[in-house]
Amino acid sequence: MDKSYNAVMGRKNEIMKKALGIDYTKYKITDIAFDYEMMMDDVGYSIKEIFDIQSSSKVGNTPLYFLPNITKLVRKYAPKGKGAKIYLKDEAANASGSFKARRASLSIYEAKKRGYKGVIASTSGNYGAAVASQAAMRGLKCIIVQEVFDSRFVGQPEIIEKARACEALGAEVIMSSVGPELFYSFLSALEDTGYFNASLYTPFSIAGIETLGWEVMHQIRAIEGRDPDYIMITHAGGGNLTGTARGVLKYKMENKPLNYTEFVGCSVDLSGLHMASDIDFNKKSFTTGHTGFGIPFAEWPDRADTPRNAARSLRYMDRYLTVTQGEVFYATELLAASEGIERGPAGNTSLAGAINLAMTLDQDAIIVVQETEYTGAGKHPQAQLSFARQNGIEILRGHPEKSINGKNIVLPYNIGDFQYKEQDLAKLKISYLENLISNYPNIKLQDEDIEFLSNDLNEDPKWIRDNLFSILSKKGK
Amino acid sequence: MIEKGTWVKIEKVLLKPEERTAKIPPETKKVPYVIHVCGFLKEKANIGDEATIISKVGREHTGKLIESEPSFKHNFGDFVQELVDIGCEVRKELEQLNE
Repeated sequence: MDKSYNAVMGRKNEIMKKALGIDYTKYKITDIAFDYEMMMDDVGYSIKEIFDIQSSSKVGNTPLYFLPNITKLVRKYAPKGKGAKIYLKDEAANASGSFKARRASLSIYEAKKRGYKGVIASTSGNYGAAVASQAAMRGLKCIIVQEVFDSRFVGQPEIIEKARACEALGAEVIMSSVGPELFYSFLSALEDTGYFNASLYTPFSIAGIETLGWEVMHQIRAIEGRDPDYIMITHAGGGNLTGTARGVLKYKMENKPLNYTEFVGCSVDLSGLHMASDIDFNKKSFTTGHTGFGIPFAEWPDRADTPRNAARSLRYMDRYLTVTQGEVFYATELLAASEGIERGPAGNTSLAGAINLAMTLDQDAIIVVQETEYTGAGKHPQAQLSFARQNGIEILRGHPEKSINGKNIVLPYNIGDFQYKEQDLAKLKISYLENLISNYPNIKLQDEDIEFLSNDLNEDPKWIRDNLFSILSKKGK
Repeated sequence: MIEKGTWVKIEKVLLKPEERTAKIPPETKKVPYVIHVCGFLKEKANIGDEATIISKVGREHTGKLIESEPSFKHNFGDFVQELVDIGCEVRKELEQLNE
């Protein structure tokens, strides 16, 4: 069989179909529109059943902690009367040390049920360890395809740790140099083995996170007697936000909403660094939870490794904040020093955002930071900061606005210096529509498309029509 | 000579620079797309030889043998003064707030 790049990429659709066992044509309404809810319903498990599957695979029921000392410090720097209460969902307690275990659990359960002998995932994040962990406990073989090193064969410590964890959990790890051709390695492995595509973006992966949102609601009501005002969600490919929000909304549907809950996405700002650059690869201290995934995946979710992406963040996102690498490292050290829990930096992205957001809110407001990740060799601020320093990045103390990605990492003097950037959601939504037009240049939009877009962007049909009209007018169409 | 059955690492060039996708920055386009995979050496070989390994899931990969008994050597990094300072400052702030 011809295994050249072009040949394998040319067989993408047939490889995908076999490796997912999902016929996506079933959900197709038009070339653009598809029935998202029908696709999610076809997962076929109720929340209760998902809880059962997850508790049989060492996933879920993680603690929710109030952070009294961080809340106290927030109130020190906040204007008088401000400073929301911050809670933290300790997802590091899952089998593989992150919330990604939720995503993997349902996929691997399903792969086993459908008779696949093994599973494959391509990931730069904690998801690899999660898939390897779930596969190990269910007796399936596992291959992880991961971008690990640059052309000098140097990888930053966090990503080396992720590769180690996958290998320790029994996976074959295909460690690659920098480049989007990772997808080629991934497809090629799927074709050679006939294993299940445990993609981050299947309906199973997203449904697996719904329990996280559900648990947050259940736990916060037991403590506070009401719903959280804000849930801060580290945002990369969009699954974390989509799944959590769906779980929260399902809980509210079943148990009546008590008050409005805003879903706030938060990413590390890595603007200026190119994700496919061999040079920039080791100039970033974060390999996930950053804008290099967060923005492109929000603006065009269907760039994923599945025919339709089940992670569609703009359906649910109320606000989108970005924070600097230095703020996240500061928050990580702060969490250890003040609350006595050491957790991995990337998982603390939303904590950094929450500390800052809390200062703008009344003291009776409640923010839930919905994840943490494990820490250890490599996944640690000292490992990452000293690696950055060795790679010519200046580490300094100062105001986060002095940050220049690829040149320095600025650790704030205190949390009073934290300054998130509010991203313009309308702009992201307009980019989505621009991507739509570039992907379907000759399309004649139908009513079904407008309805789909209205749901996918959480805007009314008039907003969709007006903005599409304005994009097309600019293009002279 | 490395004995058959030893845990080793191989290197394989999957795409030469000219075979790489066009949609990448020039610095990435000018270097090959390379993978490393670990597994058990199928037949005895020397470092630098073309060799076949059997991975943890039983698959075979062939490439240049680059390391015998590879291990992960990442750690907690070198001392970072700024982190120690932040920890001390935070504890002091909390002490003052609790006074």
